Amino acid sequence: MTDRIRLTTRRRTFLAATAAVGGLQLSSPFIIKARGETPVKIGFIDPITGSLSALAVSEVESAKWTVAQMNKKGGILGRPVELLIEDSANDTGTGVQKAHKLIERDKVDMIMGDVNSGIAYAIMGVTSDKKVFHIVPGGHTDPITGKDCKWNTFRTCNTTAMDAAAVTGELVKRFGKKWFFITPDYAYGQTLQANFVKNLTALGGTWQGDMLPIANTDFSATLIKAKAFKPDVLLNNMGGAAQINCMKQFVQFGMNKEMALGGALFEIESIRSVPKEAQTGWWTMEWYWNQPNVPHVKEFVDAISPAIGGRKPTARHWMAYVSLHAARLAAEKAKSLDAVKMAHALAGLELPPEVALMPGKIQYRAGDHQLMSDIFVGQVHPPGPGGPDDLFTIEATVPGEKAAGPAEATGCKISWPS
Amino acid sequence: MLQLVLFNLTNGLIVGAFYVLMALGLSLIINLSNVVNFAHGNFLAIGGYIAYTLTPYLGFWGALLVSPFLTAIFGFAIEKLMIRHVYARNHIYSLLLTFGLGFILQDACRYIWGPSPLPLGIPDVLSLPLTPDLFFVTWYRVFMVVVVVVAVGGLFALLRYTRVGMRIRAGTLDLDTVSALGVNVAALRSYNFAVGSFLAGLAGVLAAGQIGLNPNMGDDLIMPSFIAIIVGGVGSLTGTLLGGLLIGVAAALTTVFYPAGAEAVIYIIMAIVLLVRPRGLLGEEGMLT
Amino acid sequence: MSTAMTTGRAPGTRAYLQLGIIWALLLTVPAWLPMLGGYTAIAGRVLVFALAAMSFNMLLGFTGVMSFGHAAYFGLGAYGAGLTLKYVAASTPLAILAGTLLGGIAGTLFGLLLVRRRGVYFAMVTIAFGQVCFYIAYKWDSFTGGYDGLRGFLRAPIDLGFTKIDIAGNETLFYFFVLLVFGLAVGLQALILASPFGRTLLAIRENERRARFLGLPVERHIWLSFSISCFFTALAGTLYALLNNFADPLGLNYVMSGNIVMITVMGGMRTFWGPLVGAVLFVMLQDYVSSMTTNWMFFVGTVFVAVVLFFPRGLMGMLQKRSGA
Repeated sequence: MTDRIRLTTRRRTFLAATAAVGGLQLSSPFIIKARGETPVKIGFIDPITGSLSALAVSEVESAKWTVAQMNKKGGILGRPVELLIEDSANDTGTGVQKAHKLIERDKVDMIMGDVNSGIAYAIMGVTSDKKVFHIVPGGHTDPITGKDCKWNTFRTCNTTAMDAAAVTGELVKRFGKKWFFITPDYAYGQTLQANFVKNLTALGGTWQGDMLPIANTDFSATLIKAKAFKPDVLLNNMGGAAQINCMKQFVQFGMNKEMALGGALFEIESIRSVPKEAQTGWWTMEWYWNQPNVPHVKEFVDAISPAIGGRKPTARHWMAYVSLHAARLAAEKAKSLDAVKMAHALAGLELPPEVALMPGKIQYRAGDHQLMSDIFVGQVHPPGPGGPDDLFTIEATVPGEKAAGPAEATGCKISWPS
Repeated sequence: MLQLVLFNLTNGLIVGAFYVLMALGLSLIINLSNVVNFAHGNFLAIGGYIAYTLTPYLGFWGALLVSPFLTAIFGFAIEKLMIRHVYARNHIYSLLLTFGLGFILQDACRYIWGPSPLPLGIPDVLSLPLTPDLFFVTWYRVFMVVVVVVAVGGLFALLRYTRVGMRIRAGTLDLDTVSALGVNVAALRSYNFAVGSFLAGLAGVLAAGQIGLNPNMGDDLIMPSFIAIIVGGVGSLTGTLLGGLLIGVAAALTTVFYPAGAEAVIYIIMAIVLLVRPRGLLGEEGMLT
Repeated sequence: MSTAMTTGRAPGTRAYLQLGIIWALLLTVPAWLPMLGGYTAIAGRVLVFALAAMSFNMLLGFTGVMSFGHAAYFGLGAYGAGLTLKYVAASTPLAILAGTLLGGIAGTLFGLLLVRRRGVYFAMVTIAFGQVCFYIAYKWDSFTGGYDGLRGFLRAPIDLGFTKIDIAGNETLFYFFVLLVFGLAVGLQALILASPFGRTLLAIRENERRARFLGLPVERHIWLSFSISCFFTALAGTLYALLNNFADPLGLNYVMSGNIVMITVMGGMRTFWGPLVGAVLFVMLQDYVSSMTTNWMFFVGTVFVAVVLFFPRGLMGMLQKRSGA
C-alpha cells in the first residue's frame, strides 16, 4: 500500500484558485489518504484558529503524522485511514456544525475533538445522538467522563480533578498548607479550584482566592491581596495568555522570592512563549518527551520531530497520537468499525507500551471511559542543556488511578444503547 | 483596607491611561470621519508586532519610536485604499468594511507571526518595582503613564496649535463649512486617520510590553475603548479622556471587592450614563446625527 | 423588478415567478442538496441566518436605521429557548415562544433608550448593549452555563395530539419544521411591510425630515420597527438553539452581529429576499473555506471588503438593477 497525500480534484482546483487570489500559503493538505480500499474516515475537529490555536495546531500536526505512519503499517483493519480535519474556530456553533458535516455528509466512522472542552462537550451531544464513536483527545472539563459521560465517548487527557489531586500532595509536602488561588471564572476554573480545595482541606490546609475574568490581563490588584495573605503557595489556574501575564507580573513584583508558585497545567506551548523569568513553578505535565527510562518514548520523539519543525513533541502531540492508536486498537479488537462494538472493545483495554509511552500500564477504564494515564509533577525552568524544549524536570510520577479516585465517585453512569 | 483601595486607585489610573490612549485614536477618527474603526484593535496588534520584529535591530526604545510611525503609514495607506470610498455612504458600510478588515489583519498577524503568544522584551530596568513597598508599580507602568501623558499632551497641542490640528477640530464641528472654505477634506481625513493609527500603534507597543502579543489581542481591548467613548460622549476628546480614566479606576476598585465583576462594572457604568445622560458625559447634544 | 413585498403594489408576474422559484427550491432541499455535497443541517443553518438577516433588514433596508448589535436578540432568543427546554418543560413550541418573547421584549425596552440616537452613535450603543447581553450570558455561570455555553437540553418532538412529529431524531423533518416557521415568519414580515405602517417606515427611510414635517411620529415608528425586528430576530435565535441543541455566548457577540449585517448586505439590503440569498452565500462560504484552509478569516474578510467596495447593492440588488426596475 502506498502512502500518498492527495487532494480531490475539486479541492485542488479550489485551492489553486484561492491561493492565486490570496497570495497566501495554504496549510498542508487537509486530506491524507492512502490508495486502495474504502478508507476508514476519521473526523478531527479542533480550534485551529482562535485563542487555543497553538494547542490545536500541535494536536493536528501530530494527527496528520500519526495517520501517515499508520497507513504505512496497514492502516486500520487493513484499510487505509483518511483524516478529515475541520476547524471549530473556537466557536461552539461552528464546532457542532462541523460535527454534523463530518457525520452526515462525509460519513466519517469516528470523531475526535475538541481542545476547547465546551465544544468537545457540545460535539458529544451530536456524536451520542448519531451513535458515532468519539474520542476527546484534549478537553479537560470533568463532566465529559463524569456526570455527563456517554457510552460512545472516551477521553485521553486528564480530568481537572486528576491534575489537581496529583499536584496538591507534592505542593503540600514541599511548601506548606496555606494557599492562594487565582482562578478564571468559568466552569473549568471553578471545577479546578473546587478540586484543589477538596484535596487541600483534606490535608488540613487553609486558603483564599480570587476568581477573575477569563481573559484578565492585569493581575496587580489580586497579587496585592495575595501578598498580604502571605501564602506558602500561589496557585495560578489561569489559562493561555492570562496565565502567562499572571506569571510575569508575579515575578516582576518579586513575589517569587516569598512564595512557591504552582498550578495544574502549564503546557509546553505556553511555556515556550513566556520570558525566561516566568518559566518557573510547580506544575503537572500530562506527558513529557524526556522519559529516559521508558521504552519507545525516544523512538517516538525522534520519529515525529522532523514532521513538526524539529521541535520536541508536547503533551498535545501525544494526546492525538494516543487517541488515534486507541481507535485503531479498538477497531482491531472489535474486528469492526461499529461504534458500540468499538466502545465495548476499548473500555478497559490496556494500551501497549509503544502507544502509551508512559511508565505505567494505562487504559481507558470501563467505569467512566477516562484514560488512566500517569501524571508527571515537576518544575518548569528556562531551557536547559537538552535544548530549547528542555523546560521541565519530572519530580514525581502519580498513577492516574490514584489521582482520579474510583470511577463510581465521578458521577458517571454509562448507559449503553439497547 | 484603605491601603489596598489606594493601591488599586493608582493602578486603575494606570489601566485607565492605557484605555485613553487606545480610545483617543478611535475617537479622533469617529469625530472627523464618522467611521467607527472596528479594526482599531488590529492596528494596535500590528503596532505591537512591528515592534517585536524591530526590537532585535533597534532595541526596545528604537522600536517604540519607529513602530507607531510605521503603523501610521499603514493606516494612511488603508484609508487611501479602502476607507475613503465609504465616507459618503450609509454608516453600515464603514462598519462592515472595518469589520472585514479586522478579520484580514488578524489572520495576517497569525500567518506572519504565528498563533502562539509572543513576548516583547522590555529593558530590565523597566521591569523592576519602584520600591519594595510599592512592589506593584513597576517602572514599566510608570513609563506607560509618562508615554500616555506625553502622547495625549502632544495630541492636544497638535490639535490646538498646528494648522492641520485646527482644521481637524474645525472639521469635527462643521465639516461642510471647512470644506467650503477650501480645505482639502479628503487629505485632512487621511492625516487624521494616520494620527489615529499612530496612537493605536503606540498603544500596541506599550500593551505588548505589558501583556505580550497574540493575534487576537485587539479583540479584548476594543470594547473598553468603545465604552470609554460612549461614556465620555461622542464628539469630545476630553470626554474620551475622562471616560477612559473613569472605567479604568472603576474596574480596578471593583477588583478589590468583587474581582469577577471587574469587567461587568464598565458595562454598568455605560448603562447608567446612557439612562441618565444619553449623550455621554461631555457629548454635545445633536452631534453626529 | 421590484417585488410586491417591497412596495405594496400588486405583484407582477416576475414577482410570482421569483416567489415560486424560491419556494420550489426550499421545499426540495433534502432531494438536491446531498447531490451538491451539502447536508441537511447546513440547510437549516441557512434558513436560521436568513430569517435573522431578513428580520434585521426590516430595520436596515426598510426603515433605514442600522444596528450592529442584533446578535443580542438572536442570542437571547437562543438562550430563552434553551433555558425553557432545560428548566421548564420539554416542549418545542413553548421554547420558541419563550425565546421570542425574551429577545423581543429586551429589544423593545432597549429600543426606548435608543430611538433618539442616530448614525454612528446609534450603532455604537447597539454594539455596546449587545456586548452587555453577551457579558451576562458569559458570566452567569450557574444559570446559562457561562463560557462553555448552555447544554443539557434537546429539542422535543411535536405532539399534535393524534400524532407526534419527530423533529428531534429526524433531520429532514426538522428541516421542514424550520422551513414552516421561516415561511410563517417571512409571510408575516411581508404583510407588515405592505401595510400602511410598512409604507410609513419606507417614508422615514427615504426622508426622515420630510416624514417629520408630515407629522408622522418618527421616533415611535422607529421604535416599533426596532421592536418588531428584534422579535423576529429572537425567533431565528430560538431556531438556532433547536438546530444545535445548545446556546453559547458567542451567539450574542458582536462578531455574530457583524455576520448578520454582512449576510443582509451581501444579498441586497433593499430587497426582500436579498438576505436569504446572502445567507446561502455566507453559510456556504464559511463552511467550505474553513474546511479548506486555516486562513479562512482572511478569505471571509476579503469577501466582506470586496462586497462593501465593489458590490454594495448586494447580489439581489445587482440583479434588480440589471433587469432595469
